Amino acid sequence: MSTVVETREAVTEEIDLSKVDSLIEPYLGKKEMVIPALQKVQDHFGYLPRPAVERVSKQMRIPLSRIYGVATFYAQFKMKPRGRYIIRVCKGTACHIQGSPKIAERIEDILSIESGETTDDLRFTLEEVACIGACALAPVIMINENPHGRLTPDKVKDILDSYQ
Amino acid sequence: MYEKHLMICGATGCLSSGSSQVEEALIEELEKHGIKDKYRLVMGGCPGFCEVGPLIVVYPDEVFYSRLKPKDMAELVEKHLVGGEIVERLLYKGPDVDAPARFYDTIPFYAKQKFNVLRNSGLIDPESIDEYIMRGGYRAFTRALNMDSTTICEEVKQAGLRGRGGAGFSTGLKWELTYKAPSSKKYVVCNADEGDPGAFMDRSILEGDPHAILEGMLICGRAIGADEGYIYCRAEYPLAIKRLKTAIEDAERYGLLGENILGYGFNFKMNIKEGAGAFVCGEETALLASIEGKRGMPRPRPPFPAQSGLFGKPTTINNVETFANVPLIVKEGGVDEFVKVGTDGSKGTKVFALAGKIRNTGLCEVPMGITIREIIYDVGGGIKGGRAFKAVQAGGPSGGCIPDELIDLPIDYDSLNQAGAIMGSGGLVVMDERTCMVDLARYFLSFTQKESCGKCTPCREGTKRMLEILNRISEGLGKPEDLDTLDSLATSIKDSSLCGLGQTCPNPVLSTIRYFRNEYEEHIEEHFCRAGVCKELFNYRIDEEKCTGCTACVKACPVDAIKGEKKEPHEIIQELCTRCGSCIEKCRQDCIMITPVGSEADVSN
Repeated sequence: MSTVVETREAVTEEIDLSKVDSLIEPYLGKKEMVIPALQKVQDHFGYLPRPAVERVSKQMRIPLSRIYGVATFYAQFKMKPRGRYIIRVCKGTACHIQGSPKIAERIEDILSIESGETTDDLRFTLEEVACIGACALAPVIMINENPHGRLTPDKVKDILDSYQ
Repeated sequence: MYEKHLMICGATGCLSSGSSQVEEALIEELEKHGIKDKYRLVMGGCPGFCEVGPLIVVYPDEVFYSRLKPKDMAELVEKHLVGGEIVERLLYKGPDVDAPARFYDTIPFYAKQKFNVLRNSGLIDPESIDEYIMRGGYRAFTRALNMDSTTICEEVKQAGLRGRGGAGFSTGLKWELTYKAPSSKKYVVCNADEGDPGAFMDRSILEGDPHAILEGMLICGRAIGADEGYIYCRAEYPLAIKRLKTAIEDAERYGLLGENILGYGFNFKMNIKEGAGAFVCGEETALLASIEGKRGMPRPRPPFPAQSGLFGKPTTINNVETFANVPLIVKEGGVDEFVKVGTDGSKGTKVFALAGKIRNTGLCEVPMGITIREIIYDVGGGIKGGRAFKAVQAGGPSGGCIPDELIDLPIDYDSLNQAGAIMGSGGLVVMDERTCMVDLARYFLSFTQKESCGKCTPCREGTKRMLEILNRISEGLGKPEDLDTLDSLATSIKDSSLCGLGQTCPNPVLSTIRYFRNEYEEHIEEHFCRAGVCKELFNYRIDEEKCTGCTACVKACPVDAIKGEKKEPHEIIQELCTRCGSCIEKCRQDCIMITPVGSEADVSN
């Protein structure tokens, strides 16, 4: 039971629907649990592939339109595949007034992508987050699980280079 | 029996500055000396002082080690643990102390604090229910089991506890309303969707003392007659969620959650719901919709959740910090003790997250009624880099700024409201002369505009129009009538929005116009941003007289826009400069000026 889906040019991915079934099994019959179900699916695939969402809709007996409405409402859910490294630029107040826009701009310059986009080689995805809560390290970015704090624009290039 | 307990701060702030590497190094050193079994290491809650993390506190000696690096562990183990001598080098040092300081009594950051809510944070192992119980935990709940609902509500009312999440509604009254609503099924909901940028109080409480939240919710359940609770926590707080899960499992194992608790015929089931990243879900009706698996959009009130809340049942929703206060009130003699602290209208303490251009970034808990000056200068240690204090933003995107001239304002619900700010959840972001107030207003509004759920028109469209105007002003395209337009838009949005997000989101704009009108006018009329933030509205220039030609700025510039030989005055090539500010950070001579575009002179001072 698998479908091949064109997720991006030159990237094809197999979506294992039986995996989806096992992920959402605990939530069947509980329509209010659609958010945790989608969270599980996204944890596994890194984003919400359309065939997987269709499967959730069928199994949980919730119209696809409604699931789509929920999934697009919350910032956490991603409808497109993302890069190996997720750069999260903290846009909290403390980071903002200590220069996070300048850090974000520098990253955008280097990677030639804007916030919310992924590089063509699927190496980096650039995102903004409201607050990481590491205000003592402002301005701070996270790359996957690693925080990089007290940044200035001139430090950005070396940091990005260390993630290949 | 352990000889000493070593509490390593394992909260997000210290983890980000490397506390787990410090822990690894510590374990390695202890093993090297073969004394690992003599010491108990706990990755504990947050002692609050994030600025000087990673931290270790050694008990019972009460020695506070700060700014630790893995390589310091050899000395700490050898000198202190083996040799019994305090490692002076690793103690807290700062301009506010004469000599290296040992602990709470000597570190100025702690001197004015009063620990109620943070009573256990950093002191106990947050993953041990036994330690919570040893510190008097669950005693208030067992007392509540012997009380009737009205008495519990009455005590909470007497204590004058007001919601710590923002609006400051009386908690006891809220409980009473839910109690009186007729229904066989009711819910207790804990709002742990802490979304204000720059605020991390709730996270620290959840990470440092999760049982206090459970106990507060249980007492609430007992008071209103609910048998089920939900904690709605941001998914961005994985550690808090993990600790809550452990706490719930332990409480179930101890018979403090589940069926027929302690034989009193009281049942309570606790659930955790992870938020999925929507700021509006901090609004109570939106939060309830999200728990129900829907888009997190608010709905008009009434009916209030106390009448019709989660799944249509009467529901009490309180914030994390509110619940953490409850056991202190309901314990034996708690009310009398609680009302001793605070002001007439605002009782108890408040936890604040201090951030921004302040020396001591971190978490502090202070009595209500303390002045802003005391928080900033005594607790916070003053402004970073010795620049001038300009304003403090209280209450995040729903709040307002408080300028220098109101620095002696006491912090309580009513004084803050009068000043155009709100208590909010407790974020205090400090700003200095390098913060542009127009940009700040624009920043908050762009946040709320993005987070507006789109359900009601004033918020959806109004924030967008306001943001367009602010964007224009910060690009130098402002018009003289803009300020009046902003004011009238703001008033309409406040009056006509459906939920708290819309009703409060114009506050940052209104309060910055109220206190920093001249700065707006300077942007509009003179096209100049003296703080050096709005990029189109200033240039960096090097003061040739002061420049010593040290080349620090040349090296720092990422776009090679600074030329100049060693020991010769440097020059910035304006066409190449991106105004990223790397140079001004690095310049030790203070010779980089912020000047109006086209002008040679420094008018920023």
